[in-house]
Amino acid sequence: MLEIRNLHARAGNKDILRGLDLTVRRGEVHAIMGPNGSGKSTLAHVLAGRPGYEVTDGTVLYDGRDLLALSPEERAREGVFLAFQYPVEIPGVSNVYFLKAALNAVRRHRGEGELDAVEFLGLVKEKAKIVDMDEGLVKRSVNEGFSGGEKKRNEIFQMAVLEPSLAVLDETDSGLDIDALRIVAAGVNRLRGPERAMIVVTHYQRLLNYIVPDFVHVLVDGRIVRSGGKEMALELEEKGYSWLEKEPAEAQP
Amino acid sequence: MTPVAEEKDTYRQSFERFVEAGRSEPDWLRDRRASAFGRYVEKGLPGPRDEAWRHTPIAPITRAHWEPAPPADEVPKEIRAAASVGSPGAQVVLVDGRLSRELSTLDHGDDAFEVHSLLEILGSRPERLEPFLGRVLADRANVFAELNTAFAADGVVVFLSPGAIPKEPIHVAHLATGHGSHPVSYSRVLVVAGKGSEGRVTETWSGPDGSVYLANAVTEVVVDDNASVDHYKLQREGQQAFHVATLAARLGRDAHFADHSFNFGAAISRSDIDVRFEAEGGECVLNGLFMVDGSRLTDTHSRVDHARPHCSSRELYKGVLDGSARGVFNGLVQVRPGAQKTDAEQMNRNLLLSREALVHSVPQLEILADDVKCRHGSTTGQLDPAALFYLRARGIGEAEARSLLTYAFAGDLVHALPVPLLRDAVEKHLQAHLQGAALVKEAVV
Repeated sequence: MLEIRNLHARAGNKDILRGLDLTVRRGEVHAIMGPNGSGKSTLAHVLAGRPGYEVTDGTVLYDGRDLLALSPEERAREGVFLAFQYPVEIPGVSNVYFLKAALNAVRRHRGEGELDAVEFLGLVKEKAKIVDMDEGLVKRSVNEGFSGGEKKRNEIFQMAVLEPSLAVLDETDSGLDIDALRIVAAGVNRLRGPERAMIVVTHYQRLLNYIVPDFVHVLVDGRIVRSGGKEMALELEEKGYSWLEKEPAEAQP
Repeated sequence: MTPVAEEKDTYRQSFERFVEAGRSEPDWLRDRRASAFGRYVEKGLPGPRDEAWRHTPIAPITRAHWEPAPPADEVPKEIRAAASVGSPGAQVVLVDGRLSRELSTLDHGDDAFEVHSLLEILGSRPERLEPFLGRVLADRANVFAELNTAFAADGVVVFLSPGAIPKEPIHVAHLATGHGSHPVSYSRVLVVAGKGSEGRVTETWSGPDGSVYLANAVTEVVVDDNASVDHYKLQREGQQAFHVATLAARLGRDAHFADHSFNFGAAISRSDIDVRFEAEGGECVLNGLFMVDGSRLTDTHSRVDHARPHCSSRELYKGVLDGSARGVFNGLVQVRPGAQKTDAEQMNRNLLLSREALVHSVPQLEILADDVKCRHGSTTGQLDPAALFYLRARGIGEAEARSLLTYAFAGDLVHALPVPLLRDAVEKHLQAHLQGAALVKEAVV
């Protein structure tokens, strides 16, 4: 589903990704771990198409198509979803109706009919349960005045409504207390399925106790230096990243 | 002859013709017209050196030879359509400054308030106007308002009897036909709200996009003790038109006055707003949204004069500028000596949608009392790129995302409009001018 080959990307004048390779198949959950500044969030943003990042080399194929040639909205309509590390507050824009506009944009793109208000609100009710989302929050301005946990829940709620094929979760766990983390992780697990792939970017192993990945990759200096199964997360928790930072890039499988 | 002298000459000829037309006007009005014209002759039209016009190049207005618009034989259909607000209340239509009996509904079946043609009441009961007409403006008039006082022959007069509370707003539609060569129209509105009355007055301006015309309007509002007047303005003049308008209000004890102003049209529009508290306990709200694109210009100058203690004023103006449009906001809050316990807030926020757009924002406080609460501020920025990306990352197209954020920026001023007809008209305008806005319309809260 997703094939990243030799990806190089920079933000401003700074090279951040320096030859990243990653293959993700349908139904798989991949965790990307790594120290601060290793390029985890850059990878997430490059996949979503955030302006300000320049891809200088390499390719990203998504279902065999050149993902990098698509605008952010085209990627979203093709089923790519980024759960933001820092969800943006947008005063004056309704959380729920913005999502309706988004869902209908996706549906139009797929050649499906648009949902009317009644159908949509029914869907919202159903999906809000997945992350225990308060209906009051659903109706407010996008993320405005939401707590950190509410913002992250809102991201997963949006994901549940939009039903992407590829979800990229950018440090969805950071800043969450254990209760919020449990809720968010449970929501994510509900959305796992054979047709959906996920890339879970995290700084902490803790999240992976709740969202158990199929693969764990360690990103250091813009390259994946080590890949393994879920047990590798525990090893990383124990030893930290410093021992990997010295390993040559060839060490990756 | 210098251009300035020529210009005065043109207006002078017009004024001589106007006086010679032999109207049966009372002496006090003749005097007021003559002195207003005299002040124009003395001051001349504003130029770039006038502080109040420094950022508002109005050469296209001052250089042209404006001729009073000829009486319209028939009102073109499309303009007629623009006039209709479909309101259940009293509706007055002024065509090129003249009240159209055919299009207006002055009778409304409520004895508590009256709506008159200015021309007619000057003929029948001029003494009722003497205490007010031109007296609200007083010495605050700019040169265009002076010209309006000199020339305005028709318009609308609204009297609210003490305690009157009309159910429906009173609508005044100013229509330009654009007929004639460089036509100028003068329209005059006077609202006198008696003690304890509560009224709403909406004024709309519109005209054809293809015509160069000048609309010169003055609205005077007297709000007596404990009375309340909410005034609304929707300016959608033609794209090549010029619009200069003055709104002056004076407030009695515990009086309330609000103005909600939407400036969308005209090549150049200038609005002067002047509110004076003449007794304690008054309250004033000035809200406004201006939105221009292309190479158009819009300017709002407001002055709130806290002449008496214990009054409060709230002002929020937002500007949206695209293309190489220019915006000016100049807001002065004056607190006179002794006007203790004044509570004044003023805010101007501007959104620039292009690199070439420009806004001059000049909020000013002039405080001469020592026990007051005054705040003011001004912000100007672009659409938040993080918000834009967030929306796009959910599948919303770039144009729609920009429209959505722009709409949301203006949203609080639009949603707060308690006159549904006006709110719908404003929303329609926003949707027509923001690409893809219809798609995302319901997402604005």
